[in-house]
Amino acid sequence: MKIMLLAFAATAVIAVGANLTLYELGFSSEDRTSGVDVRLD
Amino acid sequence: MARALLISVFGFVLSVFLGTAALPQDAAETDRSATGGAQTLEDIMARQRGEDVDTGFRSDATGDPNNATGMTNQLGTLGGVSDPELWRAYRYGSANLTTQARGPAATTVIQDGGMWWLKYRSGPLSDFSAYLLGGTLVLLVVFFLIRGRIRIDGEKTGRTITRFKAIERFGHWLMGGAFIVLGLTGLITLFGRKVMIPLFGHDSFSVLATASKWVHNNVSWAFMLGLTMVFFMWVARNLPKKSDLQWLAQGGGIFKKGVHPPAGKFNAGQKLIFWSVIVLGVSISVTGLSLLFPFELPMFAKTFSILNATGLPQLLGFGELTIHLAPHQEMQYAQLWHALVSVVLLAIILAHIYIGSVGMEGAYDAMGSGEVEEQWAREHHSLWVEEVTAKEIESASPAE
Repeated sequence: MKIMLLAFAATAVIAVGANLTLYELGFSSEDRTSGVDVRLD
Repeated sequence: MARALLISVFGFVLSVFLGTAALPQDAAETDRSATGGAQTLEDIMARQRGEDVDTGFRSDATGDPNNATGMTNQLGTLGGVSDPELWRAYRYGSANLTTQARGPAATTVIQDGGMWWLKYRSGPLSDFSAYLLGGTLVLLVVFFLIRGRIRIDGEKTGRTITRFKAIERFGHWLMGGAFIVLGLTGLITLFGRKVMIPLFGHDSFSVLATASKWVHNNVSWAFMLGLTMVFFMWVARNLPKKSDLQWLAQGGGIFKKGVHPPAGKFNAGQKLIFWSVIVLGVSISVTGLSLLFPFELPMFAKTFSILNATGLPQLLGFGELTIHLAPHQEMQYAQLWHALVSVVLLAIILAHIYIGSVGMEGAYDAMGSGEVEEQWAREHHSLWVEEVTAKEIESASPAE
Protein backbone atom coordinates (compact mmCIF):
# COMPACT_ATOMS: atom_id res chain seq x y z
CA MET A 1 0.00 0.00 0.00
CA LYS A 2 2.84 2.36 0.91
CA ILE A 3 4.56 1.62 -2.39
CA MET A 4 1.34 2.29 -4.27
CA LEU A 5 0.93 5.67 -2.61
CA LEU A 6 4.60 6.43 -3.19
CA ALA A 7 4.16 5.67 -6.90
CA PHE A 8 1.11 7.94 -7.08
CA ALA A 9 3.07 10.72 -5.40
CA ALA A 10 5.94 10.11 -7.84
CA THR A 11 3.45 10.41 -10.72
CA ALA A 12 2.44 13.86 -9.48
CA VAL A 13 6.07 14.94 -9.06
CA ILE A 14 6.98 13.65 -12.54
CA ALA A 15 4.00 15.49 -14.05
CA VAL A 16 4.92 18.83 -12.48
CA GLY A 17 8.60 18.27 -13.23
CA ALA A 18 7.90 17.40 -16.87
CA ASN A 19 5.78 20.50 -17.31
CA LEU A 20 8.40 22.81 -15.82
CA THR A 21 11.25 21.15 -17.71
CA LEU A 22 9.52 21.28 -21.09
CA TYR A 23 8.57 24.90 -20.50
CA GLU A 24 12.15 25.80 -19.60
CA LEU A 25 13.46 23.94 -22.67
CA GLY A 26 11.24 26.08 -24.87
CA PHE A 27 8.51 23.58 -25.68
CA SER A 28 5.58 25.82 -24.77
CA SER A 29 3.11 26.50 -27.58
CA GLU A 30 4.13 30.13 -27.48
CA ASP A 31 7.80 29.32 -27.95
CA ARG A 32 7.21 26.68 -30.62
CA THR A 33 4.61 28.31 -32.81
CA SER A 34 5.14 32.04 -32.78
CA GLY A 35 7.83 34.31 -34.09
CA VAL A 36 9.25 37.53 -32.71
CA ASP A 37 6.81 39.52 -34.81
CA VAL A 38 3.78 37.98 -33.10
CA ARG A 39 2.66 39.71 -29.95
CA LEU A 40 0.86 37.32 -27.61
CA ASP A 41 1.22 39.34 -24.38
CA MET B 1 -8.77 -13.10 -26.10
CA ALA B 2 -6.75 -9.91 -25.86
CA ARG B 3 -4.74 -10.94 -28.89
CA ALA B 4 -7.84 -11.67 -30.97
CA LEU B 5 -9.26 -8.32 -29.90
CA LEU B 6 -6.07 -6.59 -30.97
CA ILE B 7 -6.14 -8.23 -34.38
CA SER B 8 -9.79 -7.40 -34.93
CA VAL B 9 -9.27 -3.80 -33.88
CA PHE B 10 -6.25 -3.52 -36.18
CA GLY B 11 -8.35 -4.85 -39.02
CA PHE B 12 -11.14 -2.45 -38.16
CA VAL B 13 -8.85 0.53 -38.04
CA LEU B 14 -7.04 -0.51 -41.17
CA SER B 15 -10.32 -0.80 -42.99
CA VAL B 16 -11.36 2.65 -41.80
CA PHE B 17 -8.06 4.19 -42.84
CA LEU B 18 -8.06 2.31 -46.09
CA GLY B 19 -11.62 3.23 -46.78
CA THR B 20 -10.79 6.90 -46.60
CA ALA B 21 -7.35 6.71 -48.05
CA ALA B 22 -7.98 4.64 -51.14
CA LEU B 23 -6.97 6.33 -54.32
CA PRO B 24 -9.50 6.84 -57.08
CA GLN B 25 -9.52 3.71 -59.18
CA ASP B 26 -11.94 4.38 -61.98
CA ALA B 27 -12.00 8.12 -62.34
CA ALA B 28 -13.51 8.48 -65.77
CA GLU B 29 -12.24 11.20 -68.05
CA THR B 30 -14.69 14.07 -67.86
CA ASP B 31 -15.22 16.57 -70.64
CA ARG B 32 -14.86 20.02 -69.05
CA SER B 33 -14.65 22.05 -72.25
CA ALA B 34 -18.05 23.60 -71.52
CA THR B 35 -16.72 25.17 -68.32
CA GLY B 36 -13.36 26.09 -69.72
CA GLY B 37 -11.69 23.32 -67.68
CA ALA B 38 -13.40 24.26 -64.43
CA GLN B 39 -15.66 22.10 -62.29
CA THR B 40 -18.73 20.66 -64.03
CA LEU B 41 -22.15 19.63 -62.76
CA GLU B 42 -21.08 16.00 -63.25
CA ASP B 43 -18.11 16.54 -60.90
CA ILE B 44 -20.43 17.88 -58.22
CA MET B 45 -22.96 15.08 -58.75
CA ALA B 46 -20.21 12.44 -58.61
CA ARG B 47 -18.99 13.79 -55.28
CA GLN B 48 -22.52 13.80 -53.94
CA ARG B 49 -22.84 10.14 -54.96
CA GLY B 50 -19.73 9.50 -52.86
CA GLU B 51 -17.55 8.69 -55.88
CA ASP B 52 -13.89 9.59 -56.06
CA VAL B 53 -13.24 12.54 -58.35
CA ASP B 54 -9.80 13.20 -59.76
CA THR B 55 -9.17 16.74 -58.55
CA GLY B 56 -6.10 17.24 -60.73
CA PHE B 57 -8.00 19.69 -62.95
CA ARG B 58 -8.36 21.96 -59.90
CA SER B 59 -5.19 21.30 -57.93
CA ASP B 60 -3.02 21.98 -60.98
CA ALA B 61 -4.97 25.09 -62.05
CA THR B 62 -3.03 27.51 -59.87
CA GLY B 63 -1.98 30.01 -62.51
CA ASP B 64 1.38 30.81 -64.01
CA PRO B 65 3.38 33.87 -62.90
CA ASN B 66 5.02 33.94 -66.35
CA ASN B 67 1.69 34.98 -67.80
CA ALA B 68 1.68 38.15 -65.71
CA THR B 69 0.57 41.29 -67.38
CA GLY B 70 3.12 44.06 -67.25
CA MET B 71 3.01 46.26 -64.16
CA THR B 72 2.11 49.28 -66.19
CA ASN B 73 -0.90 47.59 -67.78
CA GLN B 74 -4.32 47.11 -66.33
CA LEU B 75 -4.71 44.02 -64.05
CA GLY B 76 -0.97 43.83 -63.85
CA THR B 77 -0.55 43.22 -60.12
CA LEU B 78 -1.53 39.59 -59.63
CA GLY B 79 1.56 38.09 -61.19
CA GLY B 80 -0.30 35.89 -63.64
CA VAL B 81 -2.35 34.30 -60.89
CA SER B 82 -6.03 35.07 -60.42
CA ASP B 83 -7.73 35.02 -57.03
CA PRO B 84 -9.39 31.63 -57.62
CA GLU B 85 -6.05 30.21 -58.75
CA LEU B 86 -4.36 31.59 -55.64
CA TRP B 87 -7.01 30.05 -53.38
CA ARG B 88 -6.66 26.72 -55.15
CA ALA B 89 -2.92 26.87 -54.42
CA TYR B 90 -3.75 27.46 -50.73
CA ARG B 91 -6.31 24.68 -50.84
CA TYR B 92 -3.92 22.09 -52.30
CA GLY B 93 -0.86 23.26 -50.37
CA SER B 94 1.20 24.38 -53.37
CA ALA B 95 1.26 28.13 -52.62
CA ASN B 96 4.61 29.61 -51.70
CA LEU B 97 3.64 31.05 -48.33
CA THR B 98 5.50 32.92 -45.66
CA THR B 99 3.92 33.38 -42.25
CA GLN B 100 4.86 35.10 -39.03
CA ALA B 101 3.94 31.94 -37.10
CA ARG B 102 6.90 29.57 -37.00
CA GLY B 103 5.16 26.23 -36.41
CA PRO B 104 6.06 23.40 -38.80
CA ALA B 105 2.56 23.41 -40.29
CA ALA B 106 2.02 27.14 -40.25
CA THR B 107 1.98 27.39 -44.03
CA THR B 108 -0.82 24.84 -44.37
CA VAL B 109 -3.70 27.28 -44.32
CA ILE B 110 -6.38 24.98 -45.77
CA GLN B 111 -6.63 21.19 -45.44
CA ASP B 112 -9.67 19.09 -46.13
CA GLY B 113 -9.20 16.12 -43.78
CA GLY B 114 -10.70 17.97 -40.85
CA MET B 115 -14.38 17.25 -41.42
CA TRP B 116 -13.83 13.53 -41.98
CA TRP B 117 -11.74 13.38 -38.79
CA LEU B 118 -14.29 15.34 -36.78
CA LYS B 119 -17.18 13.17 -37.98
CA TYR B 120 -15.27 9.96 -37.33
CA ARG B 121 -14.17 11.11 -33.89
CA SER B 122 -17.61 12.23 -32.75
CA GLY B 123 -19.37 9.32 -34.49
CA PRO B 124 -17.89 5.82 -34.88
CA LEU B 125 -14.95 6.38 -32.52
CA SER B 126 -17.13 7.66 -29.68
CA ASP B 127 -19.75 4.95 -30.25
CA PHE B 128 -17.12 2.18 -30.39
CA SER B 129 -15.52 3.50 -27.18
CA ALA B 130 -18.82 3.72 -25.31
CA TYR B 131 -19.98 0.26 -26.38
CA LEU B 132 -16.62 -1.40 -25.70
CA LEU B 133 -16.12 0.10 -22.23
CA GLY B 134 -19.79 -0.17 -21.27
CA GLY B 135 -19.97 -3.73 -22.60
CA THR B 136 -16.85 -4.72 -20.67
CA LEU B 137 -18.26 -3.32 -17.43
CA VAL B 138 -21.57 -5.13 -17.97
CA LEU B 139 -19.77 -8.41 -18.73
CA LEU B 140 -17.68 -8.10 -15.57
CA VAL B 141 -20.77 -7.44 -13.44
CA VAL B 142 -22.56 -10.43 -15.02
CA PHE B 143 -19.49 -12.62 -14.49
CA PHE B 144 -19.32 -11.53 -10.84
CA LEU B 145 -23.01 -12.28 -10.32
CA ILE B 146 -22.66 -15.77 -11.83
CA ARG B 147 -19.23 -16.82 -10.56
CA GLY B 148 -18.93 -14.68 -7.45
CA ARG B 149 -15.59 -13.97 -5.88
CA ILE B 150 -12.99 -16.62 -6.65
CA ARG B 151 -12.02 -17.84 -3.21
CA ILE B 152 -8.91 -19.66 -2.02
CA ASP B 153 -10.18 -23.26 -2.22
CA GLY B 154 -7.75 -24.94 0.16
CA GLU B 155 -7.09 -24.16 3.78
CA LYS B 156 -4.99 -21.05 4.33
CA THR B 157 -1.55 -21.75 5.74
CA GLY B 158 -0.93 -18.42 7.42
CA ARG B 159 2.46 -18.35 5.68
CA THR B 160 3.27 -15.90 2.89
CA ILE B 161 5.59 -15.86 -0.10
CA THR B 162 7.15 -12.69 -1.50
CA ARG B 163 5.63 -12.30 -4.94
CA PHE B 164 6.78 -8.83 -6.01
CA LYS B 165 9.62 -6.71 -4.66
CA ALA B 166 9.10 -3.03 -3.83
CA ILE B 167 10.65 -1.80 -7.08
CA GLU B 168 8.36 -4.08 -9.12
CA ARG B 169 5.28 -2.81 -7.30
CA PHE B 170 6.49 0.77 -7.71
CA GLY B 171 6.85 0.32 -11.48
CA HIS B 172 3.44 -1.34 -11.69
CA TRP B 173 1.66 1.42 -9.78
CA LEU B 174 3.55 4.20 -11.54
CA MET B 175 2.29 2.86 -14.84
CA GLY B 176 -1.13 1.73 -13.57
CA GLY B 177 -1.96 4.88 -11.61
CA ALA B 178 -0.89 7.07 -14.49
CA PHE B 179 -2.90 4.97 -16.97
CA ILE B 180 -6.10 5.34 -14.94
CA VAL B 181 -5.62 9.12 -14.77
CA LEU B 182 -4.80 9.24 -18.49
CA GLY B 183 -7.84 7.09 -19.30
CA LEU B 184 -10.22 9.31 -17.34
CA THR B 185 -8.83 12.58 -18.70
CA GLY B 186 -8.78 11.09 -22.19
CA LEU B 187 -12.44 10.09 -21.93
CA ILE B 188 -13.28 13.59 -20.67
CA THR B 189 -11.64 14.94 -23.82
CA LEU B 190 -13.33 12.43 -26.14
CA PHE B 191 -16.82 12.75 -24.67
CA GLY B 192 -16.62 16.42 -23.66
CA ARG B 193 -18.72 17.93 -26.43
CA LYS B 194 -21.12 15.03 -26.71
CA VAL B 195 -21.81 14.23 -23.06
CA MET B 196 -20.25 16.64 -20.62
CA ILE B 197 -21.12 20.03 -22.13
CA PRO B 198 -24.84 19.13 -22.28
CA LEU B 199 -24.61 17.98 -18.65
CA PHE B 200 -22.45 20.67 -17.06
CA GLY B 201 -22.49 23.57 -19.51
CA HIS B 202 -19.66 25.25 -21.38
CA ASP B 203 -18.18 27.21 -18.48
CA SER B 204 -17.79 24.28 -16.12
CA PHE B 205 -16.51 22.01 -18.86
CA SER B 206 -13.99 24.63 -19.94
CA VAL B 207 -12.30 24.46 -16.52
CA LEU B 208 -12.45 20.65 -16.49
CA ALA B 209 -11.13 20.34 -20.05
CA THR B 210 -8.23 22.72 -19.39
CA ALA B 211 -7.25 20.80 -16.25
CA SER B 212 -7.69 17.45 -18.06
CA LYS B 213 -5.42 18.54 -20.87
CA TRP B 214 -2.67 19.63 -18.47
CA VAL B 215 -2.92 16.43 -16.46
CA HIS B 216 -3.10 14.20 -19.58
CA ASN B 217 -0.07 15.83 -21.22
CA ASN B 218 2.16 15.73 -18.16
CA VAL B 219 1.14 12.48 -16.43
CA SER B 220 1.97 10.70 -19.69
CA TRP B 221 5.68 10.76 -18.75
CA ALA B 222 5.02 8.73 -15.60
CA PHE B 223 3.14 6.18 -17.71
CA MET B 224 6.00 5.87 -20.17
CA LEU B 225 8.54 5.53 -17.37
CA GLY B 226 6.44 2.87 -15.62
CA LEU B 227 5.93 1.04 -18.93
CA THR B 228 9.68 0.93 -19.51
CA MET B 229 10.34 -0.32 -15.96
CA VAL B 230 7.71 -3.03 -16.18
CA PHE B 231 8.97 -4.22 -19.56
CA PHE B 232 12.56 -4.73 -18.41
CA MET B 233 11.58 -6.21 -15.03
CA TRP B 234 9.11 -8.78 -16.33
CA VAL B 235 9.78 -9.52 -19.99
CA ALA B 236 11.88 -12.64 -19.30
CA ARG B 237 9.09 -14.10 -17.13
CA ASN B 238 6.44 -13.39 -19.76
CA LEU B 239 7.86 -15.36 -22.65
CA PRO B 240 5.41 -18.06 -23.79
CA LYS B 241 5.83 -21.59 -22.41
CA LYS B 242 4.21 -24.94 -23.14
CA SER B 243 2.31 -24.90 -19.83
CA ASP B 244 0.47 -21.76 -21.04
CA LEU B 245 -1.51 -23.90 -23.49
CA GLN B 246 -2.81 -26.09 -20.68
CA TRP B 247 -3.70 -23.01 -18.66
CA LEU B 248 -5.60 -21.53 -21.60
CA ALA B 249 -7.34 -24.85 -22.37
CA GLN B 250 -8.74 -24.86 -18.84
CA GLY B 251 -9.75 -21.20 -19.03
CA GLY B 252 -7.30 -20.46 -16.25
CA GLY B 253 -9.62 -22.25 -13.87
CA ILE B 254 -11.58 -19.07 -13.29
CA PHE B 255 -14.86 -20.45 -14.62
CA LYS B 256 -15.06 -23.48 -12.34
CA LYS B 257 -14.46 -23.90 -8.64
CA GLY B 258 -11.58 -26.20 -7.72
CA VAL B 259 -9.84 -26.08 -11.11
CA HIS B 260 -6.23 -24.87 -10.87
CA PRO B 261 -4.08 -25.36 -13.98
CA PRO B 262 -0.34 -25.16 -13.31
CA ALA B 263 1.34 -21.83 -13.97
CA GLY B 264 4.68 -20.14 -13.42
CA LYS B 265 5.18 -16.69 -11.92
CA PHE B 266 2.89 -15.30 -14.61
CA ASN B 267 0.06 -17.43 -15.98
CA ALA B 268 -1.01 -17.28 -19.64
CA GLY B 269 -3.74 -14.72 -18.86
CA GLN B 270 -1.25 -12.45 -17.18
CA LYS B 271 1.15 -12.90 -20.09
CA LEU B 272 -1.58 -11.80 -22.48
CA ILE B 273 -2.20 -8.76 -20.30
CA PHE B 274 1.54 -8.04 -20.16
CA TRP B 275 2.01 -8.15 -23.92
CA SER B 276 -1.18 -6.17 -24.51
CA VAL B 277 0.10 -3.49 -22.16
CA ILE B 278 3.53 -3.43 -23.80
CA VAL B 279 2.41 -3.48 -27.44
CA LEU B 280 -0.61 -1.22 -27.06
CA GLY B 281 1.16 0.94 -24.46
CA VAL B 282 4.09 1.59 -26.81
CA SER B 283 1.67 2.38 -29.64
CA ILE B 284 -0.22 4.79 -27.38
CA SER B 285 3.04 6.35 -26.19
CA VAL B 286 4.41 6.87 -29.69
CA THR B 287 1.23 8.48 -31.01
CA GLY B 288 0.98 10.42 -27.75
CA LEU B 289 4.44 11.86 -28.29
CA SER B 290 3.39 12.81 -31.80
CA LEU B 291 0.43 14.69 -30.30
CA LEU B 292 2.56 16.24 -27.52
CA PHE B 293 4.94 17.74 -30.06
CA PRO B 294 2.55 18.73 -32.86
CA PHE B 295 3.74 18.25 -36.45
CA GLU B 296 7.27 17.32 -35.33
CA LEU B 297 6.91 13.53 -35.23
CA PRO B 298 4.79 12.56 -38.24
CA MET B 299 4.59 8.80 -38.64
CA PHE B 300 1.52 7.74 -40.58
CA ALA B 301 2.73 8.49 -44.12
CA LYS B 302 5.78 6.38 -43.33
CA THR B 303 3.64 3.66 -41.74
CA PHE B 304 1.30 3.60 -44.75
CA SER B 305 4.33 3.40 -47.02
CA ILE B 306 5.63 0.35 -45.11
CA LEU B 307 2.16 -1.23 -45.16
CA ASN B 308 1.97 -0.67 -48.92
CA ALA B 309 5.35 -2.36 -49.30
CA THR B 310 4.04 -5.44 -47.48
CA GLY B 311 1.24 -5.68 -50.00
CA LEU B 312 -1.31 -6.20 -47.24
CA PRO B 313 -3.66 -3.33 -48.13
CA GLN B 314 -3.59 -4.37 -51.79
CA LEU B 315 -4.19 -8.01 -50.81
CA LEU B 316 -7.27 -6.97 -48.86
CA GLY B 317 -8.56 -5.13 -51.91
CA PHE B 318 -8.17 -1.61 -50.59
CA GLY B 319 -5.52 -0.48 -53.04
CA GLU B 320 -2.49 1.51 -52.00
CA LEU B 321 -2.77 3.79 -48.99
CA THR B 322 -2.06 7.42 -49.65
CA ILE B 323 1.39 8.43 -48.49
CA HIS B 324 0.92 12.13 -49.15
CA LEU B 325 -0.52 13.47 -45.92
CA ALA B 326 -0.82 17.10 -44.89
CA PRO B 327 0.73 17.83 -41.47
CA HIS B 328 -2.74 18.16 -39.98
CA GLN B 329 -3.80 14.81 -41.41
CA GLU B 330 -0.83 13.22 -39.67
CA MET B 331 -2.12 14.68 -36.40
CA GLN B 332 -5.66 13.51 -37.13
CA TYR B 333 -4.54 9.94 -37.74
CA ALA B 334 -2.35 10.08 -34.61
CA GLN B 335 -5.32 11.25 -32.53
CA LEU B 336 -7.66 8.56 -33.86
CA TRP B 337 -5.16 5.74 -33.41
CA HIS B 338 -4.16 7.05 -29.96
CA ALA B 339 -7.79 7.13 -28.79
CA LEU B 340 -8.78 3.82 -30.35
CA VAL B 341 -5.86 1.82 -28.99
CA SER B 342 -6.25 3.48 -25.59
CA VAL B 343 -9.88 2.48 -25.37
CA VAL B 344 -9.03 -1.13 -26.24
CA LEU B 345 -6.32 -1.16 -23.57
CA LEU B 346 -8.74 0.41 -21.09
CA ALA B 347 -11.19 -2.43 -21.66
CA ILE B 348 -8.43 -5.00 -21.08
CA ILE B 349 -7.26 -3.19 -17.94
CA LEU B 350 -10.81 -3.06 -16.55
CA ALA B 351 -10.79 -6.87 -16.61
CA HIS B 352 -7.30 -6.86 -15.05
CA ILE B 353 -8.44 -4.53 -12.24
CA TYR B 354 -11.50 -6.71 -11.63
CA ILE B 355 -9.57 -9.96 -11.26
CA GLY B 356 -6.89 -8.26 -9.20
CA SER B 357 -9.35 -6.80 -6.68
CA VAL B 358 -12.96 -7.88 -6.09
CA GLY B 359 -12.80 -10.80 -8.50
CA MET B 360 -10.28 -12.96 -6.65
CA GLU B 361 -9.49 -13.40 -2.99
CA GLY B 362 -5.83 -12.80 -2.19
CA ALA B 363 -4.89 -11.37 -5.59
CA TYR B 364 -4.52 -7.75 -4.49
CA ASP B 365 -1.88 -8.69 -1.89
CA ALA B 366 0.56 -9.42 -4.70
CA MET B 367 0.64 -5.73 -5.60
CA GLY B 368 -0.42 -4.40 -2.19
CA SER B 369 2.11 -5.73 0.31
CA GLY B 370 3.90 -7.96 -2.18
CA GLU B 371 3.34 -10.94 0.14
CA VAL B 372 0.79 -13.56 -0.93
CA GLU B 373 -0.81 -16.40 1.05
CA GLU B 374 1.08 -19.62 0.28
CA GLN B 375 -2.13 -21.53 -0.47
CA TRP B 376 -3.21 -18.84 -2.95
CA ALA B 377 0.17 -19.12 -4.65
CA ARG B 378 -0.10 -22.95 -4.79
CA GLU B 379 -3.52 -22.73 -6.43
CA HIS B 380 -2.73 -20.04 -9.02
CA HIS B 381 1.03 -20.27 -9.59
CA SER B 382 2.00 -23.81 -8.60
CA LEU B 383 5.08 -24.04 -10.84
CA TRP B 384 6.38 -20.76 -9.44
CA VAL B 385 5.90 -21.98 -5.85
CA GLU B 386 7.87 -25.16 -6.68
CA GLU B 387 10.61 -22.99 -8.13
CA VAL B 388 10.72 -20.70 -5.07
CA THR B 389 10.66 -23.67 -2.68
CA ALA B 390 13.47 -25.42 -4.56
CA LYS B 391 15.59 -22.27 -4.37
CA GLU B 392 14.95 -21.96 -0.64
CA ILE B 393 16.00 -25.57 -0.06
CA GLU B 394 19.07 -25.05 -2.20
CA SER B 395 20.13 -21.92 -0.34
CA ALA B 396 19.44 -23.57 3.03
CA SER B 397 21.64 -26.60 2.20
CA PRO B 398 25.27 -26.29 3.32
CA ALA B 399 27.75 -25.96 0.49
CA GLU B 400 29.64 -29.16 -0.28
